[in-house]
Amino acid sequence: MSRSAVEGGIARRRHHAAVFAALGDETRLALVAALAAGAPRSIAQLTGGSRITRQAITKHLRVLEGAGVVRSARRGRQSLFELDPAPLTEMQEYLGRVAEQWDQVLSRLKSLVES
Amino acid sequence: MQDRIEKRMELKAPVARVWRALTDYREFGAWFRVKLEGPFTPGRPAEGQITHPGYEHVRWKAVVQKMEPERLFSFTWHPYAIDPAVDYSAETPTLVEFRLEPSAEGTSLVLTESGFDRIPADRRPEAFRMNDGGWSAQMQNIADHVTQRS
Repeated sequence: MSRSAVEGGIARRRHHAAVFAALGDETRLALVAALAAGAPRSIAQLTGGSRITRQAITKHLRVLEGAGVVRSARRGRQSLFELDPAPLTEMQEYLGRVAEQWDQVLSRLKSLVES
Repeated sequence: MQDRIEKRMELKAPVARVWRALTDYREFGAWFRVKLEGPFTPGRPAEGQITHPGYEHVRWKAVVQKMEPERLFSFTWHPYAIDPAVDYSAETPTLVEFRLEPSAEGTSLVLTESGFDRIPADRRPEAFRMNDGGWSAQMQNIADHVTQRS
């Protein structure tokens, strides 16, 4: 394996960790769920109906944006936020690869103890 | 989608036999494909050379966490730490746990690997702290949303 491929792997792993960490908060999960429902939303729309302040919502959105889960675009005087599902899919694939390795390792354990 | 990997397996062997296969460093090495340098001791690093074909040049490193006889064996490590030229020690390790229970067939084994949500401490702002209120269930909801949408 080439050095750059491995470094790419580490960068991806760090990125996975950042995505997992960004999602490890109920408010942010709720925001992701709201954005997963469809169209880009403004901070005002995302704050509506919630007891959390606009400042807090903004902070959470920036964390999600930092992890690449959410992206924003300025539309006139306000920012609109939308979900980028790619990091969520990548995370799932990464865990799938690790899980596959475990399947192989555990089947060797099974053969050993059952023989 | 989950923040951990969990595998359950029924083994047709007594718990004592499975425990030995897990914690005797030579037996562990046989199925895990690593030639370890010495016995496992809680709190101590375990190291050796990987014997998996194609990866023989790679060092295997873990730190043994718990050894509760015939119940729990755990260690921390870096999954995919396979390049000898890279120092993985700065990466936050994941926790691997093997839990055993006697069953009708012999032994129920539950493997979990967790900690994928962690990031190195120096890059972990206060806001990134884990909140474990139904995380996995909510991730599943989001995964469903995302799948429906794509």
